[in-house]
Amino acid sequence: MRKLRTRHVLSALAASVLLVGVTLPVAHPVAAQSKGTIKIASQSPLSGGQAALGEGIKLGAQLAVDKMKGGLEKMGYKVEFVPFDDQAKPDVGVANAKNIIADKDIMAVIGHLNSGVAIPSSEVYKEVGVVMISPANTNPVVTDRGYPNVNRVCGRDDVQGVVGSEFAHGTMKVKSAYIVHDKTQYGQSIAEFFKADAEKKGVKILGFEGTEEKSNFDPILTPIKAKNPDVIYFGGIYDQGAPFFKQAREKGIKSKFMGPDGMDSSDLTKIAGKAVVGMNYTSAAGPASALPKAKTFVEEFKKKFGKNPEPYAAEAYDATVIAIKAIEETAKKGKVSREDVATAVRKAKLSGITGDIAFNSIGDRQKAQYFVLTVASDDPAKWGDNKIVKQLTIAPPEPKK
Amino acid sequence: MIGRLLDRPRPATIIAIAALGGSAWAVAHAPRSILLFMLFQGSILLLYFARLPRRLKMLLTVAALGVLMPVLGTINAYYMEIAIQVGIFVALALGLNIVVGLAGLLDLGYVAFFAVGAYSWAIFGSPQANLIFGGDRFPLSPWWFFAFLGVGVAVAACAGILLGLPVLRLHGDYLALVTLGFGEVIRVLANNLDKPLNITNGPKGITPIGRPPIFFAPLLRAVGIEPNPNIIYPLYLYALVLLIVGVTILVNRRLEDSHIGRAWEAIREDQTAAQAMGVPLVRMKLLAFACGASFAGAVGVLFSAKQIFINPESFTFMESIGVLAMIILGGMGSIPGAILGATVVTVLNLQVLKGFSLWLNGLRNAGTVILGYDLSNLPTQLEPAKYERMIFGLILVLMMIFRPQGILPTRRRTRELGGS
Amino acid sequence: MDLELLIGIFPQVLIDGITLGFMYALIALGYTMVYGVLEFINFAHSEIFIVGAFVGVELLLGMKAWGWLEALPWVIVLVLILVAGMAVSGVLAVIVERTAYRPLRDAPRLIPLISAIGVSFFLQDAIRLFESLWRNAFNLVYPTMEVLNTRFEISSTIDVSLKSLVVVAAALLMLWGLYSLVNRTKVGKAIRAVAEDQSAASLMGINVNRIISLTFLIGGAMGGGAGVLFGVQYSLINPYTGFIPGLKAFTAAVLGGIGNIPGAMLGGLVLGLLEAFAASYLSLLTGGAFGAEYKDILAFSILILILIFRPKGLLGEVVRERA
Repeated sequence: MRKLRTRHVLSALAASVLLVGVTLPVAHPVAAQSKGTIKIASQSPLSGGQAALGEGIKLGAQLAVDKMKGGLEKMGYKVEFVPFDDQAKPDVGVANAKNIIADKDIMAVIGHLNSGVAIPSSEVYKEVGVVMISPANTNPVVTDRGYPNVNRVCGRDDVQGVVGSEFAHGTMKVKSAYIVHDKTQYGQSIAEFFKADAEKKGVKILGFEGTEEKSNFDPILTPIKAKNPDVIYFGGIYDQGAPFFKQAREKGIKSKFMGPDGMDSSDLTKIAGKAVVGMNYTSAAGPASALPKAKTFVEEFKKKFGKNPEPYAAEAYDATVIAIKAIEETAKKGKVSREDVATAVRKAKLSGITGDIAFNSIGDRQKAQYFVLTVASDDPAKWGDNKIVKQLTIAPPEPKK
Repeated sequence: MIGRLLDRPRPATIIAIAALGGSAWAVAHAPRSILLFMLFQGSILLLYFARLPRRLKMLLTVAALGVLMPVLGTINAYYMEIAIQVGIFVALALGLNIVVGLAGLLDLGYVAFFAVGAYSWAIFGSPQANLIFGGDRFPLSPWWFFAFLGVGVAVAACAGILLGLPVLRLHGDYLALVTLGFGEVIRVLANNLDKPLNITNGPKGITPIGRPPIFFAPLLRAVGIEPNPNIIYPLYLYALVLLIVGVTILVNRRLEDSHIGRAWEAIREDQTAAQAMGVPLVRMKLLAFACGASFAGAVGVLFSAKQIFINPESFTFMESIGVLAMIILGGMGSIPGAILGATVVTVLNLQVLKGFSLWLNGLRNAGTVILGYDLSNLPTQLEPAKYERMIFGLILVLMMIFRPQGILPTRRRTRELGGS
Repeated sequence: MDLELLIGIFPQVLIDGITLGFMYALIALGYTMVYGVLEFINFAHSEIFIVGAFVGVELLLGMKAWGWLEALPWVIVLVLILVAGMAVSGVLAVIVERTAYRPLRDAPRLIPLISAIGVSFFLQDAIRLFESLWRNAFNLVYPTMEVLNTRFEISSTIDVSLKSLVVVAAALLMLWGLYSLVNRTKVGKAIRAVAEDQSAASLMGINVNRIISLTFLIGGAMGGGAGVLFGVQYSLINPYTGFIPGLKAFTAAVLGGIGNIPGAMLGGLVLGLLEAFAASYLSLLTGGAFGAEYKDILAFSILILILIFRPKGLLGEVVRERA
């Protein structure tokens, strides 16, 4: 084995720096902030277990940018869409956020998917006032902090959890429930909302467990099977819920299954197959099929990306349209500044694919839709056929002073 | 060739100043170019190798790190972020250097001490402590941050001793595994200590964490600068990082040359012989763990103040291996090696990989075709930024096979492991 | 505390523990065999293990696409994927040994250990890279073979799925195969010789390098087989799934006595049972204060305790004489 000499190493180091430097482009924006470019960023998990939903958000936003950028382009601006991958991890989200605020061309952020990522990242956005419009973050804390630059077009978990519990008690008529959550900001808190309301209604809570396990649910399932609850509620996202439910059925557990909007993805049936057919889940955003202007959207989406829109794609689309229109408004007044865009977004009114959108004083959607759906078939391609069992329009709770 | 030029003072001075000045100017004019920033960093590295008179070298280093970098960092906040991260990892690398490099104890769970330090300030510098002790006394006033730098050191040192005690009699391989287990235990505890008593708030993390106060605000106003927190804090934290790194280097140097340092190296070479020579094994090993851990504790406190939000995901096995890769790359037991290793690996992670990823995305969006392959067909899951494990792995394996003494080894290591 | 409930779930937890235990045992074998001949912890073994799982899933998905999955009897399918997984993992282990460990054989102990860690990390992302390019997804799901989910009633409250039985049966077969190989064949004798004293073995005419490679091959194959079984049992895998089970399996190997093959089997079983019991009973016993999430640190705590109080393990170490 040739041992390397110091100078060889140093020359190699220098050479590699140069090599990287030369190949790292030129195509890369060397230009300083040009007045003529406006960028819209998206942050969602594009890799890992939740990538299906994250991709949906990105593609929905991309569709909106491509379709609606005409107005700004006529004013002389170049419009770009910059997707970021937050990997569903808070520190990646925060790191990307710091990158985003450093790029002065980015005027709005569409994201995130996970409330646990959105909350710390929005602290970074707040530093410079860049507006964040969330298509999917349902945790109350996101807007409860009252930041002027944080808004959402979806519903809230404190309502969604109650909707789920109402359905379980009132329609499914369950007497006992076992609740499992994924220990994230989102999963744990919606499980807690479900639990609180179910207890109030007299449903017996046989267990409340949190787990980060992704593969081997046997040890958790054994006590559940023994306790035999009427329904098992999994507060979390499909990448964990699906194997959980699958193994539950394989173990012979006969209880009914239920979950929040984290279950809303065709990958749920892709992973769990027959185990989840017939299960109910709530959603704080509507399935594409239920939306009034959905047909054109679905067709355009399919034409451009070659697949059906995942949940939250439509919400991301609407969020992006709001952002673009707000930017146009501020552009008309001359200079485009992040604070002005944020103010314009808060005042925006849009009749979008997901319905009429307007924000209240803390950024919640004034009339959010909540759905209870049933999984219709074990074929992931037929996820859009899931039946809507209940549809409600509920105003968000009054912001606490 | 450049090496030879750098060996002579006059051309060296010219090259160094030209490189520094030129690259800084270039970055200032094209702030979004990662390439140019890397050239700037490279020119700082050049300083180290240039054979310049000591005073001049110090002056240039201070100018580069103390003036040019902050200026560039203000122009593009991302660079400030990189500089601070590099500083934090340099401190961590120096700390691990004591345990692995000097004392030869392979600690694979080093990030646990970092976590302990970070959580200590996070809990008391945020409303989290109210959940533990009840009442409304927390968060502590930001002034406590400075006190907590010391608290972090103390708590981490205790954790180091706690880890050291059971592993005293273990040899290399088992030691590594137990320390790995310890690191994981700390992470799992951090992730699950939200019941029965909510100490760490589990995976949801702790936020918002207090930052040290800008006590020099009146000074700034007197000079006519209105202190804008968004601009001041990065610079402030950068200064703090430099301070901590400076102290760490100083302490390391003193330890290296002291009888403690020599005792450690004796233990590393041959435990039995060291014991025969009268080296108190137990005390020295515990001291190694405690010392190494304390540096991690101090930067941990800084880290949580910087991030405002921490959660257990920042303290995984990946981070431990990352720090290990840094000192392996740079040279175990060598202070300049640790600094170099930390810088290279952090820059690789934060700049190169991410830049490559962004670039690839740009090409993909533009639908560029290379050698007949349409890049928009690249699988969406292929994100180059994610492959830091592969890089770490390659670094470790290749370094071990081709240059186990590291890039900037101490002379003793070179004789021991071969090489020039 | 519902005593009836606690007793009621006991048999099921026992079954879970045994299934898990056998899997750990198979993985632990890889660690213990390599340690036996080289006194070296093959850190990358956890990735060798998960590569087997990936080979299994790719083959299954392929079979599904070609329509073989329905056409062939499940036993044949299972044998096919097991053999494939074992083969690929075994070969990978040999490649790793040749490239990353053999050049470092004479270096101080720290060096190959670090190299092994590097290989482990490298492989994780290499698998991810491969799967991203091949399938644009790296969280893969094993296609369900419905027949494996049939449950057999043992009594009114206890039932076992065919899947668990198959996993245990396959593991037992592999363990028996290994035991026979090591104790009843000439090759096995060579391995034991090298494990005991390398120089003496080479003096006896044994090609030490070849035997070492063979050890890696066999250990890797065991790991690969365990990977396939893991995938079949738990369905969802990703390139990083191997790390924690690998760590636990090493704990099991140490628990049973490192270098000691029956020790690894025993250690695996004990660890699997302990883990299953901890996970299922912990929250019931503590009223929800501490739950299943602590089951991972259980393994590490056991490791630490064993190394402090009984470093030779349950059945005693089998390591070579120090020259």
